Amino acid sequence: MSDPTPVFVVDGVSKGFTDGRRPIQALQPVSFQLHAGEIVCLVGPSGSGKSTLLRVMGGLIAADSGAMWFQGQPHDAPNTAIGFVFQKTNLMPWRTILQNVLLPIEIQQNKVSTAERIRAEAMLATMGLEDFEHAYPRQLSGGMNQRVVLARTLMQQPRLLLMDEPFGQLDALTRERLNLELLRLQAAEETTIFMVTHSITEAVLLSDRVFVLSERPGKLIAQMSVPLPRPRHLAMTSTPAFGELTMQVRSLIGEPN
Amino acid sequence: MFETQKADLPFQRTRPASLSGQGRLARGRARLAAPLVLIGVIALWALLVAWQDYPPFILPSPVLVWQKLVTLAASGALWLHIGVTLIEIALGLLIGLSTAFGLGYLLGKHRGLERIASPYIVASQSIPIVAIAPLIVIWMGSGLASKVAVTALITFFPALIATIVGIRSVDPDLHDLLRSLRASRWQLFWKLELPAALPMIFGGLKLSVTLAVVGAVVGEFMGANAGLGYLVNLGRGLLDTPMMFVAILLLVVIAQALHFAVVALETRLLRWQKL
Repeated sequence: MSDPTPVFVVDGVSKGFTDGRRPIQALQPVSFQLHAGEIVCLVGPSGSGKSTLLRVMGGLIAADSGAMWFQGQPHDAPNTAIGFVFQKTNLMPWRTILQNVLLPIEIQQNKVSTAERIRAEAMLATMGLEDFEHAYPRQLSGGMNQRVVLARTLMQQPRLLLMDEPFGQLDALTRERLNLELLRLQAAEETTIFMVTHSITEAVLLSDRVFVLSERPGKLIAQMSVPLPRPRHLAMTSTPAFGELTMQVRSLIGEPN
Repeated sequence: MFETQKADLPFQRTRPASLSGQGRLARGRARLAAPLVLIGVIALWALLVAWQDYPPFILPSPVLVWQKLVTLAASGALWLHIGVTLIEIALGLLIGLSTAFGLGYLLGKHRGLERIASPYIVASQSIPIVAIAPLIVIWMGSGLASKVAVTALITFFPALIATIVGIRSVDPDLHDLLRSLRASRWQLFWKLELPAALPMIFGGLKLSVTLAVVGAVVGEFMGANAGLGYLVNLGRGLLDTPMMFVAILLLVVIAQALHFAVVALETRLLRWQKL
């Protein structure tokens, strides 16, 4: 966080939809900044526009108002330096694991060099998937597939990672394991991460800051710092300080303790 | 952490392996059963003729049909008829399927267009092909063109519906992924839409290729001087029932060959589905 210029700036961005004829305000104008190498988790009640905000930030849908800057440049369209991890494991079932991981390279460079292939293999190896390069996604478990998604996203060497409840469909154990793995990878790559999550524990464990979005129409009601030291461990979740922080987030969302 | 990850790997592996083993066994049994059933059917047919002593113009024996096949093949005429029908089927499929894929892609992508076009497409299918075939002959003459048109028309619909459904079935999350990677339209098509729609398209394709044989025969019935459908018609006129049998059986063989060609291609291209 020594870098004074923020990686990503959101300034007064809002978004509405029309449901038939009825207009729905999904997101009230929100403003915030993300700094280099920072992990920020976004929590809030269902339907508070978390995913909408993420899709606007990724340039997948246009904002109704406001402006965004990515690495100092005005930003309103998809950018390959921004990686996306969606809620659902979106691997191509007809591609092998290795082919899936190489997809971003194929799209960007139209063909895959030997160097890129070696990099992909190394990426899979760091995730413990080296034996599954030639398997298909349906042959792997949910947790393994989500790790493949992570590997694929990291292949494009993103400066910013937008994650929409990436571990939401996994069991608690796998989820914790992937949380730690994400922290390890993030520390190595110094990527900035902006993640939507339903789990307050996950948010506190991972984040430098936790953003809280209100009920629809979503409004950014808090940007809370998480002053826990890094590297983070699972053991931290049972400390009083951790409990205090989760309680704070909970009360900000308005959930009963 | 990595130890525990690796511990669950063997489970992942044994499951698909044992599944494919069972599949291979079942396939082997089916492969053996098919010729046995065929032999049984021919034997029953021969027995029926011997027992009831039907005259050949009602039900010829398998031997008689075989002899007819050999004489027709030896005279060279049979090859001409087969060739004509095959050309009609090939051209009909080429035109019917390419139109269906092109239009299906467009209608699959644009719901508004589909709403406009679908009443006409449904209407075109509610009229039996035998009812429009004479019209087509009036417009296009009794040459190759009318047969190809009838074949194209009958193969068009299943392929069109399959393509529309296939394009609609593309995972929106994968679509978003390719957009976030700034994929071109061309990449979107080759890397996502086509492979995602392929399983559906093959379903339609299997229907279309067998219907193509029907189309060619219907076209030839409306007036022709060559082809297997023409041979059936000729046999009827001459009360040469063995010749009708030869032509019909050859049509079945063509339909089977087309069907299995599509299945073979499907197995090759969609190997990932069978794992």
